[in-house]
Amino acid sequence: MKLENLVTDIQSKVEDSNKSRRDMIGDIGKMGLSAALAAIPFGLATITNPRQVKAQGSGVIDILNFALTLEYLEDEFYRKGVESGIFSGSELIVMQQISKHEKAHVDLLKGAISGAEGTPVSKPTFDFTAGGAFGDVFSNPQTFMALAQAFEDTGVRAYKGQAGGLLGTDVLTVALQIHSVEARHAAQIRKMRGDKGWITNADFSSLPSATAPIYAGENNVMQGGVDVTTITTVSRDRVTEAFDEPLSMQEVLNIASLFLA
Amino acid sequence: MDNKEIQSTKESSSGGLNLRLDRRKFLVFTGVTAVGLAVGLQGCKDDESPMQPDGSIDLGTGDIGVLNYAYALEQLEAAFYIKVMENPYSGMNNNEMTILSEIRDHEIAHRDFFKAAIPAGSRIPELEVNFSSIDFSNRQTVLETARTFEDLGVSAYNGAGYLLENETYLGLAGKIVSVEARHASAIRDLLQPGTAYYAGDDVILAGGLDGQKKPSEVLALASSFISSKVTAINLP
Repeated sequence: MKLENLVTDIQSKVEDSNKSRRDMIGDIGKMGLSAALAAIPFGLATITNPRQVKAQGSGVIDILNFALTLEYLEDEFYRKGVESGIFSGSELIVMQQISKHEKAHVDLLKGAISGAEGTPVSKPTFDFTAGGAFGDVFSNPQTFMALAQAFEDTGVRAYKGQAGGLLGTDVLTVALQIHSVEARHAAQIRKMRGDKGWITNADFSSLPSATAPIYAGENNVMQGGVDVTTITTVSRDRVTEAFDEPLSMQEVLNIASLFLA
Repeated sequence: MDNKEIQSTKESSSGGLNLRLDRRKFLVFTGVTAVGLAVGLQGCKDDESPMQPDGSIDLGTGDIGVLNYAYALEQLEAAFYIKVMENPYSGMNNNEMTILSEIRDHEIAHRDFFKAAIPAGSRIPELEVNFSSIDFSNRQTVLETARTFEDLGVSAYNGAGYLLENETYLGLAGKIVSVEARHASAIRDLLQPGTAYYAGDDVILAGGLDGQKKPSEVLALASSFISSKVTAINLP
């Protein structure tokens, strides 16, 4: 299955009372990046019940193919970053370690999907410039690292959002083991960019404001029906940092779609 | 620094792991327990009390057992960082002070969350910790212990997820474990900056996988830091 088909397949499963988001995905290729990103919050707001995706048949294979798609993206991104020659010394060592992990995740997920008698999604063609918005991604280390942070923080939220769909399956533990590695990567990239390793409120910190959808909802303080700020002595900022928040498959695909050629 | 931060900074590691509850807080906790029940936490029968006849504390069974397990680990982590910041090691720079005090506050938030979410009748008590083996004045010792706790916490949550039956609890564990992994990365970077150690080959397995451990394995490693006798006879 191609990613485009996966996107379409999942979209068809989401009960969608308006057509704006579906239109938006199709239009992203023709839009400037900031216009496309600006449209996302409106699109996301229309998803009132992410569970409907699962309820209408998104199975374990779909989840693993979704994860594989993100790993394809990260694997190619870091391989090109390492090969670009823009990193040296300790920065190169960090990138090589991430690249090694993302490659391993691709291989692992392909094996898991085949092992479950599924068909691994084929690798999409990526455009890491997002239509030219990040034209210097492989020549400017700062641009590369900004995108790396965006991908890692998105990846953490993406795996987290699928944990429930893997409840009671034997791939849950492996997914969790990948999830926490992505979080380690995220913290390291953030640190190298001068940000804290954790996410305060819904701050996109030193990233461009167009990345706001990647951090939307991270300011949540309601956990399991409890407003954590009312039962602890620590500040609201620290409470928001203490709990990372999930993104739905649709929300992640909306973000990832910006980097499809 | 706002008032809440001042309070948490003053929180003492000598008077148990939690602040005393005043009347207002008690009411808040009572309300929260009711909310906890509303999202599916079951109360417990008398024979499910964590306190065992021999004085030991058993984590319990099922989802409650896993939540108590997480609560125990968060108590341990919170107590450790509270002590770290009460006795900063010599040469702790501003960057390290910020990182360690923020991690402390995250662990306090995790601890307080589990305390509020687990119904009192099923909840393990506040644990007595034992950090006598740790030289809190020594940077290397403190950071290596922090690394041990963070890596252990990550592998504990990763290894316990499959034990949960309730999707809400699994989601909550997922929200916390990635923060523990961010901590592990940050602490490891303080120990060996500018290297691959933040996600080093000593902790990331083949396949690019982080660790995962059973509760019995984690308790065996954590027990030297806990005076209270904690068992997990109904967990793997």
